[in-house]
Amino acid sequence: MNEACKPLVDRINAAVDSSDGRIAIMEVCGTHTVSLFRSGVRSVLPRGLKMVSGPGCPVCVTTQGYLDVACGLAGREDVIVATYGDMVRVPGTDTSLARQKALGARVEVVYSAREALKIAAANPTSETVFLAVGFETTSPATAATVMEADRAGVTNFSILGGHKYVIPALEALCSNGRTGISGFMLPGHVSAILGTEAYRPVVERFGVPCVVTGFEPRGMLEGIARVAEYVARGEARLDNAYPAVVRSSGNETALAWLAEVFVPCDEEWRALGMIEKSGLALRGEYRRFDAREKLGVQIVPGGEPEGCRCGEVIQGLIDPPECGLFGAGCTPEGPVGPCMVSSEGACAAWHKYGGAG
Amino acid sequence: MCLAVPGRVIEIDDSAPPGLGPVGVVDLQGSRVEASLAMIPGVALGDWVLLHAGFAISRLDEAEARETWEYLRDADVAGCVGEFPGGAGVIEKEQGAPRRGQS
Repeated sequence: MNEACKPLVDRINAAVDSSDGRIAIMEVCGTHTVSLFRSGVRSVLPRGLKMVSGPGCPVCVTTQGYLDVACGLAGREDVIVATYGDMVRVPGTDTSLARQKALGARVEVVYSAREALKIAAANPTSETVFLAVGFETTSPATAATVMEADRAGVTNFSILGGHKYVIPALEALCSNGRTGISGFMLPGHVSAILGTEAYRPVVERFGVPCVVTGFEPRGMLEGIARVAEYVARGEARLDNAYPAVVRSSGNETALAWLAEVFVPCDEEWRALGMIEKSGLALRGEYRRFDAREKLGVQIVPGGEPEGCRCGEVIQGLIDPPECGLFGAGCTPEGPVGPCMVSSEGACAAWHKYGGAG
Repeated sequence: MCLAVPGRVIEIDDSAPPGLGPVGVVDLQGSRVEASLAMIPGVALGDWVLLHAGFAISRLDEAEARETWEYLRDADVAGCVGEFPGGAGVIEKEQGAPRRGQS
């Protein structure tokens, strides 16, 4: 935080003063949740403005059933599970990928889907399954990798599909009417793929201001100031406070890859349940890379850890300390729910930095 | 998982298969990472890009890139970029180390 931030804080204070009640802004993205704490932005916001965490931590919205299938696959001798590092410690019903690995399972942490394909090439007698999770920042990488596997005629590579679209979750949150969100601070890097205009239906249908926002302190304060000002003026505006990176039409190449490889499908989110057309299913001939069909596994819906209130946290219904397990039965060292496991989870952020930021 | 990190394109290999090429090497403040550049049409040596999960996802200008890096450094995010798909996969960490050969 520096002097350049002061005028932005003044704008936020003025907007809150002129609004008739509390302003609640949802930061959709888990990276924003962490950045708001780390940068000290939370600590300079006025009392009348509340930042609530949203469903934008991919690990946090991945279901227990998905993790159980991933752990089950890791237990098979003929399978190598390749995954982003964030997923390794998340507990399934009985075990985690980390525990499976300690027991001898082949679980490989990768930084990119392309790495998973290289693992498949290096291990021709095993099936390499990539855990395809994340929003629009990671799904184009998966799409490109599946196309590469298709072109190269790879037969020992598949994905366990868990990718999700962000916008249907925002619509689901607005539709249930429980959260009282005044506006959305939209994720900068997901929006680099989607483009600002993709959010227009949310703004028009639900009358909530939405502002695409970057990740450094000044950028976050600018995004918050614009949302607060639109709320105070009663304007349902779509705006882009991160124009250096995000264009109105998004990344056309990435969007073309997504359309080539995937079709929207109904998808279960942890806590939010089934959301229509929020998932990405492999399309047409690419279905031969679907680990569920190829290896005959099914993801069972439902099943949350007992006492865990991550579901309410990611809908912005409660702050993490309101959960009875927070800091007692559930800590970053011994997590129960996904929001405490992921470094970008709201519970982990609150535990590390405290409520005041 | 959705934090992309800024870097500068220092090598481009156009010989990758059509459609998914080119691939290249991106310098993340001294750490060199192999990445697909296919999402950035017309990408050129010296361009600043945002890198995520092994793919450059967007161009950005140098001022924005430097501001983001300062923030990442100050907030100690850079120290843990390995947690994020955008940050791992480092080829070399030393400045001035020999360049990876092009295939």
